Amino acid sequence: MIEAVGLTKRYGDKTAVYNLSFQVRPGSVTGFLGPNGSGKSTTMRMILGLDNPSAGQVTIGGYSYRKLPNAPRQVGALLDAKAVHGGRHARNHLLCLAQLSGIPARRVDEVLGVVGLQDVAKKRSKGFSLGMGQRLGIAAALLGDPQVLLFDEPVNGLDPEGILWVRNLMKSLAAEGRTVFVSSHLMSEMAVTADHLIVIGRGQLLADMSVRDFISHNSADFARVRTPGTDPAQREKLTAALTEAGGQVLPEQDGALRVTGLPLPRISDLAHDADVRLWELSPHQASLEEAYMRMTQGAVDYRSTTDQRAGLQQQLPPGAVPPQMPVPGQGQPGWYAPPPPQQGGQPFAMPQGQPPAGPYGAPGVPGAGEPNPYAQPAQPAPAQSAPAQPAPVQPSAAPAQPSAAPDLTKPEDAR
Amino acid sequence: MSTPQPQTHQQAAPAPNWQSAPGTSYTSPIPVTRTHLGHALTSEWTKIKSVRSTMWTLGVFLLLVVGIGLLVAAQTNDNDYADVPYTIPAFFGLILGQICLITLGVLVVSSEYGTGMIRTTFTASPQRHRVLTAKLLIFFVVAFVVSALAIGFVGLVTSGMHGGASDNEWGGTVLKGALYVSLLGVLALAVGSMLRHSAGAITAMLGLVLVPAILPAFLMMSESLRTVGDKMMDYNAPNALAKIFEIDSENGGGTSQLVLLIGVTAAAIAGAYVLLERRDV
Repeated sequence: MIEAVGLTKRYGDKTAVYNLSFQVRPGSVTGFLGPNGSGKSTTMRMILGLDNPSAGQVTIGGYSYRKLPNAPRQVGALLDAKAVHGGRHARNHLLCLAQLSGIPARRVDEVLGVVGLQDVAKKRSKGFSLGMGQRLGIAAALLGDPQVLLFDEPVNGLDPEGILWVRNLMKSLAAEGRTVFVSSHLMSEMAVTADHLIVIGRGQLLADMSVRDFISHNSADFARVRTPGTDPAQREKLTAALTEAGGQVLPEQDGALRVTGLPLPRISDLAHDADVRLWELSPHQASLEEAYMRMTQGAVDYRSTTDQRAGLQQQLPPGAVPPQMPVPGQGQPGWYAPPPPQQGGQPFAMPQGQPPAGPYGAPGVPGAGEPNPYAQPAQPAPAQSAPAQPAPVQPSAAPAQPSAAPDLTKPEDAR
Repeated sequence: MSTPQPQTHQQAAPAPNWQSAPGTSYTSPIPVTRTHLGHALTSEWTKIKSVRSTMWTLGVFLLLVVGIGLLVAAQTNDNDYADVPYTIPAFFGLILGQICLITLGVLVVSSEYGTGMIRTTFTASPQRHRVLTAKLLIFFVVAFVVSALAIGFVGLVTSGMHGGASDNEWGGTVLKGALYVSLLGVLALAVGSMLRHSAGAITAMLGLVLVPAILPAFLMMSESLRTVGDKMMDYNAPNALAKIFEIDSENGGGTSQLVLLIGVTAAAIAGAYVLLERRDV
């Protein structure tokens, strides 16, 4: 079991990890999530005694790592696939690690077989691909048959077969009663691998809960309701009925309605009572990725911006605004996460200059005071018939993010 | 030992929302042994012999010491050895060859920092001082054995070529010469451990060896710095080797120079240990 109490790490002025307390229990895979630069690797290094915490402590089975009598026999770690001397061949690399903790050489051949590197055992690791490097790192972690395993981005660079293998490996390790602590950016992978999640942002704990709790706490499940497209009156009738019954209704681009706050049978009953036919009534379960994006969007340090390619273009005459051609999906509210259902779905401050997104169905009528970013008075040249999306097609653009900055930003993890 | 009791369990559990009881812990069927320096020594021996830089630096060292030594031996005649030991041809090779040992000494530790291997090593052995101790011992033994063999070989061949010219004892020069260059390498290892950067540490060591050999020429120009220049002249690395091989035998066989190097090396090792335990990897 890994236990951190008040773990803090400062590098000069910058606080990388602040007052982090959590426990990682045996018998399950615990995912460790956070945006780039949020302190995941620093935390991992402190667990492994590579970095000394500025305050607080972290113990493994009650011992601080550097006090463990034979660390590799109790803790196996993959920190960085490139943390090998490239001039040494794979078997010697593992052999010198094995000898360091009194593990017999035959165990080296064993783990080489486990990770599937037996054919390149005598090849220098300089020539290894990223995936092979990851396998070598996993082999090193498994070498001591340890009780606690830490993996930092283990599936980086692995092929689909390797990803499946790592997923099953971690599950089986946890099923044997080991503690498995794994960080990853691949949400889809975490969703199927991890049982429990620890999420940090800007060095602080954001969440420590099971995957299912995490998703339901940080996203809204909603129902998509579609009325016959030929009759907008029916849609308005249903909207009124649902709102009256306490539901929150948000129109979607294609004419469907996004309903929260009402169970599906109740929506059906209301529609029946209002004498409205339904073409679609479907539940929408948020994914881990959506929940994660929602939770961490305020804690993202490194954000990508849209490439304006201004440096490559001719200088525009002063005063002219370059036409914006938004990529569909990018920067559009609702593209990754529905707004939180309740107050408190936003446990930390949003980035400066951007007030918290109002609760679902807030009376943010499109264009109410805030200009739609895409509706800027661009002066399109006559030849500019590129697929610039006309503003009116985006009725849902404004409500969720009333004052989105005109430069289209998106979390860099949204890939 | 494999399943240490979680002592801190009673402390206020900060993690909320644990949905289930903790699973049963896994215990490896293989018994866990307590590790000691012997393990680190075998590991470092595997490391030093499994990289090419070791073979290259030691190969070049042997080539320089033996090659230049035999050339010098062939160019000299019996009378040249009347007052000096038969190992003196090795001296000229060692002047260049010591740079190879310095390079190897730095690389033994800084290559781990350069590649990131050090994080793997210190994860596998959080007792960092043990790793550094093993590195120092293994490197010193390798450097000493190789340089003693090289000097001894040159001495043997020279005494065979120019035999009977003198009965100077030359066994001591083999040991002292090998000790001096090996200690330079150990010093380089300690400097490499402190600087953690190959090029930086090698440059620093070259400066340490070469600057005291060059600087006295300038210091002598000033009257007030003359004593400093004299000391530097006496104790710089090439001159120390010259004294060990009794090229100018007026004041001692280089023992005081050897003692100074031992002192400097010990200080550097102490600094390396302190920084090693304190710094983040």
